[in-house]
Amino acid sequence: MHLILVAVVVLLCSGLFALLWGGKPSRANFLGVGGALLGCLIGIVPAAMILWTGQTEAIHWAWPVPYGSFFLYLDALSAFFLLPILGLSAVAALYGSRYLFSYRDRKNLGAAWFFFNLLVASMALVVLARNGVLFLLCWEAMSLASFFLVTFENEREGVRQAGWTYLVATHLGTAFLFILFILLSRGTGSMDFDGLTRASLPGTTAASLAFALAVIGFGTKAGFVPFHVWLPEAHPAAPSHVSAVMSGVMIKTGIYGLLRTLTFLGPPEPWWGWLLIGLGLVSGVMGVLFALAQHDLKRLLAYHSVENIGIIGLGLGLGVLGMALDQPVMAVLGLGGGLLHVLNHAMFKGLLFLGAGAVLHASHTREIDRLGGLIKRMPWTAAMFLAGSVAICGLPPLNGFVSEFLIYVAAFKGLWSSSTTLAAVAAIGGLGVIGGLAVACFTKAFGVVFQGEPRSAQAAQAREVDWGLRIPMILLASACLAIAFLAPQMIQLLRPVLEVMTGPSGEGLQNAISVVMYPLRSVVLLSALFLLVLALLAWGRRRLLAGRPVVEGVTWDCGYARPGARMQYSASSFAQPLTRMFNVILRIRRQGQEPHGFFPQRASLRTHGDDVFRDGFYAPIFQGIEWFMLRAHNLQQGRVQIYLLYVAVTVLVLLLWNLR
Amino acid sequence: MNPTSFSLPLAAVVLAPLVPAVINRTKAWFAGRQGQPLLQGYYDLAKLMGKGAVYSRTTSWVFRAGPLVSLACVLTALAVLPLGGARPPLSFAGDPVLLLYLLGVARFFTISAAMDTGSAFEGMGASREAQFSALTEFTMLVSLAALVKLGHLPLPAGVEAGSPYSLQGIYASLTATMWMRYGTVLLLAATALMVAVLCENSRIPVDDPTTHLELTMIHEVMVLDHSGPDLAMIFYGAAMKLWILCALLAGLLIPMRSGNAWLDAGAVIGGIFLLAVAIGVIESCLARLRLLRVPQFLTGAGVLAIVALLLAFWV
Amino acid sequence: MALWLDTLVVLIILTNLKLLGSSRLRACIQVVAFQGILLSLVPMLAGAGHLTPRIVALALLTMTVKGVIFPWLLLRVLRTANVHREMEPFVSYTTSILVGVGLLAASVWMGRQLPLPVPSQSPLVVPLALFNTMVGLFVLVSRRKALTQVLGYLVMENGIYAFGLAFALEEPLLVELGTLLDVFMAVFIMGIMIFHINRELDHIDTDRLSVLKD
Repeated sequence: MHLILVAVVVLLCSGLFALLWGGKPSRANFLGVGGALLGCLIGIVPAAMILWTGQTEAIHWAWPVPYGSFFLYLDALSAFFLLPILGLSAVAALYGSRYLFSYRDRKNLGAAWFFFNLLVASMALVVLARNGVLFLLCWEAMSLASFFLVTFENEREGVRQAGWTYLVATHLGTAFLFILFILLSRGTGSMDFDGLTRASLPGTTAASLAFALAVIGFGTKAGFVPFHVWLPEAHPAAPSHVSAVMSGVMIKTGIYGLLRTLTFLGPPEPWWGWLLIGLGLVSGVMGVLFALAQHDLKRLLAYHSVENIGIIGLGLGLGVLGMALDQPVMAVLGLGGGLLHVLNHAMFKGLLFLGAGAVLHASHTREIDRLGGLIKRMPWTAAMFLAGSVAICGLPPLNGFVSEFLIYVAAFKGLWSSSTTLAAVAAIGGLGVIGGLAVACFTKAFGVVFQGEPRSAQAAQAREVDWGLRIPMILLASACLAIAFLAPQMIQLLRPVLEVMTGPSGEGLQNAISVVMYPLRSVVLLSALFLLVLALLAWGRRRLLAGRPVVEGVTWDCGYARPGARMQYSASSFAQPLTRMFNVILRIRRQGQEPHGFFPQRASLRTHGDDVFRDGFYAPIFQGIEWFMLRAHNLQQGRVQIYLLYVAVTVLVLLLWNLR
Repeated sequence: MNPTSFSLPLAAVVLAPLVPAVINRTKAWFAGRQGQPLLQGYYDLAKLMGKGAVYSRTTSWVFRAGPLVSLACVLTALAVLPLGGARPPLSFAGDPVLLLYLLGVARFFTISAAMDTGSAFEGMGASREAQFSALTEFTMLVSLAALVKLGHLPLPAGVEAGSPYSLQGIYASLTATMWMRYGTVLLLAATALMVAVLCENSRIPVDDPTTHLELTMIHEVMVLDHSGPDLAMIFYGAAMKLWILCALLAGLLIPMRSGNAWLDAGAVIGGIFLLAVAIGVIESCLARLRLLRVPQFLTGAGVLAIVALLLAFWV
Repeated sequence: MALWLDTLVVLIILTNLKLLGSSRLRACIQVVAFQGILLSLVPMLAGAGHLTPRIVALALLTMTVKGVIFPWLLLRVLRTANVHREMEPFVSYTTSILVGVGLLAASVWMGRQLPLPVPSQSPLVVPLALFNTMVGLFVLVSRRKALTQVLGYLVMENGIYAFGLAFALEEPLLVELGTLLDVFMAVFIMGIMIFHINRELDHIDTDRLSVLKD
């Protein structure tokens, strides 16, 4: 436990030193990255130990703040979230050391590293904190640190806009959390988490209210539809290694908060599970649909975070429903699948954002339709991005499949009991739709960015990034492969974590886990078989082609004499059949001028896949508030007499109220 | 583990190229032609295996990996494919998902290989394939879920019950008694699966395997640039995929569960060839749908699958 | 013969979905006629063996009215009004089908939850009745042409008929005949109305009738 404190202190101090030496970029860089790496590596040790041994550790110091105490507690659930937080942050810091260095002339790297290390430290403290005040403090520090990282390139108008959206959204979410913690601590008068139990809540209505508050508050951070609107704005605006951390692990603190709240609330109500399944289904399908309509690589990835949060929501929903209806196998597998997907998503989404960062670094554009042919110029980045794409589509033999598989088995289990059939149907159908659309989206992203011929001079001149950017991607890709092949071990590792959630009902848990042990081993076996068959086929083709003519030519062009790079299918045209089909939801705007006549001159077409929720739901609300505020502005006359009148009237009214 | 379970993949490996040939012969019979010899598929494979290869300069290693990955996927999928009541080499809870996702990997790499050529035609095919397969994957998952939901009747003696929610478990329970009791639901699921079989194997009315106009092709246009052994692998992989999906459908339509694995598997293999004849008849009698109508057709199949699942819930 | 009854119910469900998904008015009319015929067969099968002449007579009468007279009337209106397609419905066809699936799921769920006074003849008929009623309502609100709205009304009435079947196979003949007569009159009057709307205004788009409000 003290090791983890050491890690946090190292992170904070190195960040502070980096800030102090901000004038000297290389020194600030060295201090920031070194501190981040060291802190993360120190912190991973106790987290891994806890998961391995199943013991827990605590620190409880008095803290002179009302209701506050410095109470940290490391149990399996915290440790499980600490692993990806620290692991991905370390890799991202490594990547960032090369990535940010190119900004050294224009930006204060010291400040960037200060906020990065602060973000990592506060995320770690969020999952460790066991006191409401401390938790909210760390939560706020996390939000603010990430806000400053999002607005790193604050000279750009779009980035500033994104930053404001993020700041407003995250604080609205936090407001709900305040109410949640006040509600929870009403009974005991202390905000220490071990005092917050269902006993302090009078009846199921209050517990349900608390759950609803947690879903809104933590759901805003996690990015469930319709609370996701900040996510596709903020994640693309940040530097890529920060996007990786934000998308990979920071939004998962929302999932952690939700799970932690569930442990306070005792046995869940069935409708909580239904709510999570509904949110998960909507987030998953909407996320991937909006992703299909995007032209900006990082925005596309950000929408896929919404999609994956949806998948996690489906898993957790099945789990909560299973707990509520006393179906241990469905509960354990649903929760297990959701939790494993948290880890998996951290790995492959981190990988994809780092890949997108490398593309941006090399070509200076995120516009998918201006790229192309990068696989020739950046073979390593392309291969890693491909691995991430296969993983995020949930395809074997990579890790995305394992967690989705667990959720599927939980759903199949749920099919058999008539009270959960509809939930199971929603999960199976939803995962099917999401999977199919994700394949469409990532074949589009990979195909248009990396394959074919370059569509612009920027893409043609791109060069492979150096090893400082490549090694982090390789690390994450190997993690994706490793998790897939260690799937049976992973589920055993999850055991203590699930115990925290379902309570120490040892036998049922072990029973449920043993249901999937054989399937998971078989999946690993078949994945290995697949790779073996692939290798055999490759060897066979090599033998066949040896000594035969292997010719290089041009792509079959149907006899057309001068095909150009601009005639290739673009991202918009690739996605068009699907976006057209779902236009009811997407409402894509088209602008431009159609060609006329026999010898058409200029023509243009632009499509905008704007967020329906942002334009149709939040924008009117905020405009309404703005309208009201402008009216209220009349109160502010700037004359002292008027203000005195307000005071006098208020006092009078209060007096009358009291004397009534 | 018994010899029958290992002979199932072997039968697929040997017999798969016959299925497209049977379709071709049926179509030829309808058109009043003699048609290709039944072994034409094998001749073609042998011919292509003996050739060199031409690759486009635009392409990269992904293009070369495409056919390999697709074939490896369908070959691996054979490990969990039951033929009716006959047990596959490996059977475990959730293996329908693995089977469908392996087909998904094959699709991912076929599409990526098509995008690798930088050709507008192949991009067009890839885009359509991505759209249509997203719809059929849903249909197949939901139909299989409906079958899972139904399968709780006691099995006839001698039929090995697989683990629950495995393909073996699903298909072992699809007995004649089941058809007597839940015939309508099974028929709905079978219709939905039939549409999926037609779409996934690029058959009329979704795609026309014999068209030679690049703009209207879907699957064929994606593999335009492959040649030699690569093309052989694609043909073989396509035949294998046809075999797998027809086996899923035939196992449902032929409720022969005698308990003798050889007999059951034989009946289903017979069913696969009957299905090939049926596909030939469909291809001879129907015209290709307009491309804009295809999504409606596939959505309709998805709706049938959902109705089947709801009824399975209901009865 | 539960299997035959199941088949009938499934076919009726499919006719509803087909109605939601097709744009040609002629096809819609035929689908509803087919649905009427199917529905008239339900009492013959639900009786489980004892076919009384009364049930047969009722079934034949329903079949004639719903399967022959209504479509004949409506097809005649269609010819005179000279419209063939429901253009631009408020909800597109694919979406309508998906809504239909949602309604089906809802009616299955409601059919399970609904406390029934009498045990029904078959577990399938109550959800079917609910589904038909809801689809009818949906067609009424989501389509423009007056003719399609008549069809929606008919589908809804079929649902109510199925409700009756679920509980009282031995329903008084008079009640049944009365309902049938009511529907007949309604369709007849609506047919004449459509004919006149078309003659006066050259279209049968009900949403454009709102200009008549003042």
